[in-house]
Amino acid sequence: MKLNERSLAFYATCDSPADNAGFLYKRGERHTAYHRRWFVLKGNMLFYFEERESREPVGVIVLEGCTVELCDSAEEFAFAIRFGGTKSRTYVLAAESQAAMEAWVKSLSRASFDYMRLVVRELEKQLEEMRWGPAGGCGGCRPLPGSWKPKPSGSERSPERLLALPTVLPKENGCAVWNNAPGADRPPDTSSCGGYDSEGNPRPPPLPPRRRASSSEAGSAVVAAAESPSIFCRLHEQYGQEVARLRQDWLERRRGPRP
Amino acid sequence: MRYNERELLSLARQPAEKAAEVLMRLPKKGSVLKKRLVKLVVNFLFYFRTDEAEPIGALLLEQCRIIKEEENVFSISFVEEPERKYCFECDSEEQCQEWIEALKRASYEFMRRSLIFYRNEIQKMTGKDPLEQYGISEEARFQLETRKQ
Repeated sequence: MKLNERSLAFYATCDSPADNAGFLYKRGERHTAYHRRWFVLKGNMLFYFEERESREPVGVIVLEGCTVELCDSAEEFAFAIRFGGTKSRTYVLAAESQAAMEAWVKSLSRASFDYMRLVVRELEKQLEEMRWGPAGGCGGCRPLPGSWKPKPSGSERSPERLLALPTVLPKENGCAVWNNAPGADRPPDTSSCGGYDSEGNPRPPPLPPRRRASSSEAGSAVVAAAESPSIFCRLHEQYGQEVARLRQDWLERRRGPRP
Repeated sequence: MRYNERELLSLARQPAEKAAEVLMRLPKKGSVLKKRLVKLVVNFLFYFRTDEAEPIGALLLEQCRIIKEEENVFSISFVEEPERKYCFECDSEEQCQEWIEALKRASYEFMRRSLIFYRNEIQKMTGKDPLEQYGISEEARFQLETRKQ
């Protein structure tokens, strides 16, 4: 299988941030001899160089799907990178101190793309909840008088059910700040990946769309938006305001012209 | 450069973020467009001959540029060699745009920037570091450092 090796070598040596770097002893595949190599961890790729000043890595270990554990070895401060397959090779490495070993084990065990994606999604969810309110209602809301309480999974609610609201709506909803203009305080879109905009300033990235495991492409972003629990809060607010206006009109008509 | 091919092949078999049959042309001189199955898994784009189970190649999507070329066509090139372009011709303009968006967000570096951005935003709004509860505040990969050119 071909790999874009030249680009990989560039990635390994360019000045994008390394998540860890240092000398480690690497046990050979067939022989038990250890070779001292300069290791650089970037994202989910662990590069190793013959020397620290080498212009190109000798090799790379793609870390996706690996587990990292301490291992019994004659060599001190040894740890292993293991993969799941039956014929998979285990990479045995050894650090030069206890502290270095612990730091490497930590950084390697969190190096996968999947792990990073998990953390990003968690923060994205937290940020959305802070802006739009959590699923089924607002975290800081007082329950509406008339005992209508939003249920936790509100995203399937139809507009008709929302209209059956209590007779008195609170003037303030007590919720965190809602911004009903979608995208109003969202960061600008990037127009290129690879890190730098045309002025050389790092631009904040947009909120990534919710990713789906299936390969279907059409409308996945739209579907993802509809599934967001925050949509319910906004609909609730909008319908609530509409109902309040209608009710006001109705009350005035009922009272009739004033004497 | 040595690499753990077995694990990469295993990665190629995992559920894809996105997959499609497109026409692909390599940057080699004299290359022609060929029908390929392309599959995006984490920060790799694998490409297969349409009837084969094992990919013929993989592109690591770091330090790359995704550029809209002509209608239905986009290219992937790498920062250190911007003229060497991998070209992809899609069935429609819509499909082309979807791939461009997906590939732009596919790098580990993009995710790292997103994370740093969200972390910063949440910290501004709450005064608290959202990573503290996970015990990962001090991890090098999550730090708010200015990026060098």
